[in-house]
Amino acid sequence: MTRRILLTAGLALAIAAPALIPGWRTQLSYLLMMIVFALTWDLLGGQMGYNSFGNIVFFGVGMYACAVVQRDLHLSYPATLAIGMAVGAVLAVAVAAILGSGMLGLRGHYFAIGTLGLGIAAGELASGWQFVGAGGGMVPPQYPGARGGRETFFYYLCLGLVIVTFAAMRWLYAGRFGLAINAIRDDEDKAEAMGLWTTRYKTAAWCVSALFLGIAGAILGNISGFIDPRETAFAGSTFGVWMVLMAILGGKGTLWGPVIGAVVFHVMKELFWTYLLGWQRVALGFLIVVIVIFFPVGILGWAREKWPEKFGHLVEETVPAEARG
Amino acid sequence: MDNLRLLFDAPVLSVQLLLDGILIGAIFALAAYGMTLVWGVMNIINVAQGEMVMLGGYVAFYLYKKGIHPLFGVPVAAVLLFAIGWALYRLVIFRVVDKDLFISILATFGLSILIQQLANEFFGADVRTAESGFGTYTLFSGAVTVTQIKLIAFAVAILTGAVLLWFLRKSRMGQAIRATAQNARAARVMGIDTDRVYAWTFALNAAICGASGALVAMTWIVHPYLGLPYTIRSFMIVIIAGLGNVLAVFATALALGAAENFAGFIFGAEYQAAFIFGLLVVILVSRRVWLARERRYLA
Repeated sequence: MTRRILLTAGLALAIAAPALIPGWRTQLSYLLMMIVFALTWDLLGGQMGYNSFGNIVFFGVGMYACAVVQRDLHLSYPATLAIGMAVGAVLAVAVAAILGSGMLGLRGHYFAIGTLGLGIAAGELASGWQFVGAGGGMVPPQYPGARGGRETFFYYLCLGLVIVTFAAMRWLYAGRFGLAINAIRDDEDKAEAMGLWTTRYKTAAWCVSALFLGIAGAILGNISGFIDPRETAFAGSTFGVWMVLMAILGGKGTLWGPVIGAVVFHVMKELFWTYLLGWQRVALGFLIVVIVIFFPVGILGWAREKWPEKFGHLVEETVPAEARG
Repeated sequence: MDNLRLLFDAPVLSVQLLLDGILIGAIFALAAYGMTLVWGVMNIINVAQGEMVMLGGYVAFYLYKKGIHPLFGVPVAAVLLFAIGWALYRLVIFRVVDKDLFISILATFGLSILIQQLANEFFGADVRTAESGFGTYTLFSGAVTVTQIKLIAFAVAILTGAVLLWFLRKSRMGQAIRATAQNARAARVMGIDTDRVYAWTFALNAAICGASGALVAMTWIVHPYLGLPYTIRSFMIVIIAGLGNVLAVFATALALGAAENFAGFIFGAEYQAAFIFGLLVVILVSRRVWLARERRYLA
């Protein structure tokens, strides 16, 4: 019951935010995007045990697809934006399906390093391809509405995407799909032996992840107003790492973990940017190392260990093997 | 693709590309051999490998700025990076040695970002090079040029590799390292201090990366963001050559150097990096397909 009240209050606050703190609308839009990043990464990394460093590819594909549609399709702004988002999503899913058939057969560190290469290769290709502006990047069209309307519009677009993403993840994790990908995480060979079509599930999971990331990319390209191939679209060293970090910070393999992690991380990042100007990237690198080494269970994982009864787990009297002698 | 036709029209060009590729390949081999060491002994994939190459490069560059010949940078970088590697092990790496692979990948990835950004703050983002002041040989009446420094770098790289191999074969610590690679538990039972072995392994890896970095700074360039391609190259070489096969590492590195040079010429220099990372994906996927076929034969 309290949970429902909290959720409603949070949602009301999120809807009212542009009116309450209008100066922070763009900032909050980025925060919402971070939540999408963390949620979509956790679908693979946390729930399925496939630690991808290359999810940023789908984000970039969505961003570029939308920008190209907006450039070449001479319709009204809302129409091109809507079509662009759809095309971005479809293209991202297609890329995920194609890449997935090859990449998702890799396991463990081969998958991790392979996807890392994928992300960077995509950035390098985009920065050499004249059709999408090469290294000079692309500029999405101006929002036609009144001054100040743009920020509010995109804030609600982001909020909608976050809610849809979250609801989709929740629905997926609750059903057979969630069980299947958790089985893949726990023991892929056994899952396969039990008759699961692991490759289908893995590819489907990557496609879901790509779907939301593609839309996120399409929106973020318009928010940022400039698409740089390596810094915005295929930003492996910023968004690409952050999505991993946020999911871990919040708690891998949980529904709320990525959301909490994204909020905490974004606030921390903004503090770094404000108080450690010039050194913020150093501080972020340091933060990654510290979180990974000292806090790999994440906030929710830690809370679950501390108050297991709150998470619906039965508290068992487990005595460690060493203590028993 | 016009460049491809150029290659057929002027075959001498491919001699140039091949030579350049092979000469840089020896430098790749050094970093790759370091990666096999750390992977084989500690079961860690060090994503910060390329950053150590970069730091070694800056050692050579600053020696050159001080007026010392950058070739001295090779031993100096090796010693300095040995110390840095040791410190990194004691501060960070020892905590992730027995954790699952993803933790160690992410931790070293974080280290690589940290080192890269620190280098950016302290050394500046400019592209630097350490001038060695050596001349150039010309072959085929001027059609092919080989800078002497590339030949020297090739020789020094092979020499460094030989010293390392000798150390691993003959010295007490080298034997302990190899024993730990075979079976850490058994090594511990036999009284080997595996923690010390890990520290040595990681520091040795840093040292040879540093040496190769000094060579890179002399033959090519050095800048703070140079690291990741070297890491990826090392990884590629290791997965093709396998762990613990020195000759295969060397041969693969030379082949990779040549392939990269040809690709850079044919597709244009702006796609050279894309080629490296794309090649990684292709190799990983085809390796998997090949392994899957093998599995089907066995079944």
